[in-house]
Amino acid sequence: MPFKRYVEIGRVALVNYGKEYGRLVVIVDVLDQNRALVDAPDMVRGQMNFKRLSLTDIKIDIPRVPKKKTLIDAMEKADVKNKWESSSWGRKLIVQKKRASLNDFDRFKLMLAKIKKGGLVRQELAKLKKENAA
Amino acid sequence: MAPKAATGRTSRNPDLIRGVGKFSRSKMYHKRGLWAIKAKNGGVFPKHDPKPAAAETPAKPPKFYPADDVKKPLVNKRKHKPTKLRASITPGTVFILLAGRFMGKRVVFLKQLTSGLLLVTGPFKVNGVPLRRVNQSYVIATSTKVDISGVDLGKFDDQYFEKEAEKKKKKGEGEFFEAEKEEKKVLPDDKKDDQKTVDAQLIKSIEAVLDLKTYLSARFSLKSGMKPHELVF
Repeated sequence: MPFKRYVEIGRVALVNYGKEYGRLVVIVDVLDQNRALVDAPDMVRGQMNFKRLSLTDIKIDIPRVPKKKTLIDAMEKADVKNKWESSSWGRKLIVQKKRASLNDFDRFKLMLAKIKKGGLVRQELAKLKKENAA
Repeated sequence: MAPKAATGRTSRNPDLIRGVGKFSRSKMYHKRGLWAIKAKNGGVFPKHDPKPAAAETPAKPPKFYPADDVKKPLVNKRKHKPTKLRASITPGTVFILLAGRFMGKRVVFLKQLTSGLLLVTGPFKVNGVPLRRVNQSYVIATSTKVDISGVDLGKFDDQYFEKEAEKKKKKGEGEFFEAEKEEKKVLPDDKKDDQKTVDAQLIKSIEAVLDLKTYLSARFSLKSGMKPHELVF
């Protein structure tokens, strides 16, 4: 089982600990065995331990330590945002965020919708069972 | 009472430091023109006769001298302000009641009374909660709001909710043996009508929002996996 996601310049990673938790960043340079220089369009470039990063499948084409403008252009070109939001990992995070922000009323409406959906599914199942039995 | 500083009268003796004036007594005598006042009055300060004191009515000896010295409590002129409301509580907010007979019910907030308690109603037709007062501490304010603009709340205050003064029951021997006549407290009709008028307006605004009526008729309960400190209300 070889590794598929490598730490390299241009690798997009998700921060999984600390002040920047949940942010998508790009690895822009490797400082030493444990740390990387990391950058994002709306963040001041800074160092981060690899342990705080979860590597993603997305990689963009940038020179080592690019200017902010170059970084932003490269991210636009590679369409990182859309690739991330359409990936299953990205979609899961979006759903988690939505669920956490639900209001009490929203949760109630969700419950009603689930019951309704379950009812419809059961109806269809009953129909199919009847057809099968006949 | 004489005016304290008659139209911009300030001291003619500026402070060098607090407690020390710039000018000496003799300098101030000259500055204030006391020599001119004396001169005008023939070398002495003008004397004003004291105002005739109002004739004191001879005090009547009190009827009753108390046996012990009773301490008088100190005067307290503080006025209470109604409790400060949490920012999330605005008229029309849906609350979740946390304690009492209607624990878990979702109700609509109407207004804060002068005692600080919150006036709340079910509406009665929807979930059985009448016009009621509730303490802010026993309430979770959700972020759901109901339009409350058409409701007239002028007549509701703390007096409206006071208990009826109980009639004094005469103690008689017979009553100890007879079963106590249960006087059921019936809600007077005008209070029932108040409830109906308030609720009529509210129910219209509630039915305008989808599922809000079923939401208000259901009780809130904490289910498995729900973490109250992480829930957004």
